[in-house]
Amino acid sequence: MRFKTLGLAALGATLLASAVATPPVGAAEEQFVPLLVYRTGPYAPNGIPLADGFDDYMQLVNLRDGGVNGVKLAWEECETQYNNDRGVECYERLKGMGSTGASLVNPYSTGITYALIERATADKVPVLSMGYGRADASDGRVFPYVFTMPITYWAGADVMMQYAKKETGGSLKGKKIALVYHDSAYGKEPIATLERLAKEEGFEFSKFPVAHPGLEQKATWLQIGRQLRPDWVFMWGWGVMNSTAIKEAAAVGFPMEKFVGIWWSASEADVVPAGDSAKGYKSLNITGVGTSAPIFRDIQKMHADGKGLADKANIGTVLYNRALVNSFYFTEALRTAQAKFGKKAMTGEQIQWGFENLDVSQAKIDAAGMTGLLSPVKLSCMDHEGGGSAVVQQWNGSEWNAITDFIAPRRDALRQQYEASAAQYAAEKGITLRDCK
Amino acid sequence: MIYREAGQFKSSYGADQAIFPILQDRIAVAIMLAIAVVVIPLVAGPYWLETILVPFLVFSMAAIGLNLLTGYCGQLSLGTGGFMACGAFFAYKLSTAFPELHIVLVFLLSGLGTAFVGILFGIPSLRIKGFYLAVATLAAQFFLVWMFNKFPWWNNYSPSGVISAPPRAVFGDFYLTGTQATPEIKYLFLLAFVSVMALLAKNLTRSRIGRSWMAIRDMDIAAEIIGIRPLFAKLSAFAISSFYIGISGALWAFVYTGSVEALAFDINRSFQVLFMIIVGGLGSILGSFLGAAFIVLMPIFLSNAPAALGLHISVELVSHMEFMIFGALIIFFLIVEPSGLARLWQIGKEKLRLWPFPY
Repeated sequence: MRFKTLGLAALGATLLASAVATPPVGAAEEQFVPLLVYRTGPYAPNGIPLADGFDDYMQLVNLRDGGVNGVKLAWEECETQYNNDRGVECYERLKGMGSTGASLVNPYSTGITYALIERATADKVPVLSMGYGRADASDGRVFPYVFTMPITYWAGADVMMQYAKKETGGSLKGKKIALVYHDSAYGKEPIATLERLAKEEGFEFSKFPVAHPGLEQKATWLQIGRQLRPDWVFMWGWGVMNSTAIKEAAAVGFPMEKFVGIWWSASEADVVPAGDSAKGYKSLNITGVGTSAPIFRDIQKMHADGKGLADKANIGTVLYNRALVNSFYFTEALRTAQAKFGKKAMTGEQIQWGFENLDVSQAKIDAAGMTGLLSPVKLSCMDHEGGGSAVVQQWNGSEWNAITDFIAPRRDALRQQYEASAAQYAAEKGITLRDCK
Repeated sequence: MIYREAGQFKSSYGADQAIFPILQDRIAVAIMLAIAVVVIPLVAGPYWLETILVPFLVFSMAAIGLNLLTGYCGQLSLGTGGFMACGAFFAYKLSTAFPELHIVLVFLLSGLGTAFVGILFGIPSLRIKGFYLAVATLAAQFFLVWMFNKFPWWNNYSPSGVISAPPRAVFGDFYLTGTQATPEIKYLFLLAFVSVMALLAKNLTRSRIGRSWMAIRDMDIAAEIIGIRPLFAKLSAFAISSFYIGISGALWAFVYTGSVEALAFDINRSFQVLFMIIVGGLGSILGSFLGAAFIVLMPIFLSNAPAALGLHISVELVSHMEFMIFGALIIFFLIVEPSGLARLWQIGKEKLRLWPFPY
């Protein structure tokens, strides 16, 4: 009985304590960045290098440059476990922190992005969904606070097709392309684009949905490897689905050189578990690979001084680099906003202006020591994608190597698709298009 | 001492059968409602309203629905997620196909649609019982989610399969969904809606139909012998339960997240609601609320607690601690009171009546 009372009392005390206390508020001149991370849960192998990249880059900016134009970056992590409900909770918890509130949010989950689009728009917090989320959010007239740079899934499908076409000798007529995709909002994104391309290029397109989490793909691959025998297989996979697919593809003898994954099927965590069978597997990437860019000298030095935040093993991995590029886009947008509004902490609304007027030229990339890590982008009120490109990389059994230059998608037709899809969204939501003059 | 009913005489059947027969209870409930309606919207910030109270109310609705079926009628169901998906997608189709339809009507109609689906999947319950029925309802879970994922008609041919709530007002300029909706309106609307539905459910369980469910639950052969039709009792339980669950699914998609894909209603959602009623108390409307509070709020409290106490520990450690403490708490409560939190509350009340001189 006493144990019971004690337990209940302890529980009550914890509840009370957590109800009364309020979150800490950052110092006056700090730019607050909420970080929605997943260091635990089923996608932790992907979430950890991403979160480490953010931590390291912001730490580097604070230590090396004293912040952005003297404004230090402050950040706080919140664990989402890649769960949409928790993502919303984290966003709401962190959005009011810091002197000017959240600067932007990088959800790193298509589901959380969808859940945050309306909320963040209402709160005037930019959403930077870099290579994920809603492709049609590239239309800035309908989605003023959502940014899809440097490239969307639809554009990624176009790049993949271009690469396959070039490798097949300039024509895909009569060829067969199969898409293996995670049966969710994320995996379905490229279908409409690939169906359109199938008509234009004359290839035969077939779809193979894989149920979450994607551990059971024997039937799928038997069908692909024994019956359909496609010329190319594209994959929109995530987490454990990727390594499973590679293993199953190898088991049915499908050539890895003809197997191309999207940039979320492109990290070390996706190929290492598949062992030797992954050798030769290809994937798209939106950022460069390796540690040859000059910025890594600064990062290594920071770690040598004992001030780095990341696990050293993650430095230079695909997702770590992606987080570096993501943070770099943010600091550049912040700089752009500060050039107009003054060198102080910016509000979400001002950073939104910064993103819309962002121009990341090759000269700026070189000056930041990020040569080869990203392609130039230039955004506008109309275009929130910014004209970025993707590279094709190949796994040699121990590391990724880029095997092409940055390939630009053909955006004319894509832009029409974005606008048509965004217009449908606007009609459903009763949104009047913003005038982009 | 203060919680005594001495001197409170009942002079009519109505007074004797009241939900809250004791004056102190009525006062307490009135005060609680007043706090919920007036004080909480004034005091609680948007974080509290939007991410804690709104999902709590939505889940309470789902838990009430499942409790009617499992707690009162004794039919174990693992199809809750599928039925919630039904409500969400029906509401989406209705509100986009008929934009002039009022949002409350949309919710009620989508609940009605889900009720029919519930009857359909309830038919096997006439032949199979217990764990076997759970497996049959599992089929509903997988089939429904698969259907909404498979056929693009359900999401108006959106390329990603995600549905997104169109902006709708409760009345005038008070938007419940869309970017103009404020957390206060969402909270107050849900509070009113869920309270009314909970009152309906409570009265339902005290009526003839509710008693026939309980008779079926306690011993279906005996119930049949005393003249209760199992067909009607079981199917009505499935229908009404699905009605509640369908509405909660619609509320989830429209009021809480604003956009949702079919995968959000996977098997884990069914388990979540089932755990709510087990922890809260089977066969109790109050238990549905307590269970929803426990399952929805406790993880959020646990993940906030270290920061609130001024401890700065890494997020992964917090998250691991959250799992351990949450699991330990569930086991603790089930050992202390296997009949759920509602029973714990009842025992507390009985003790309070004897306080300070227990015998």
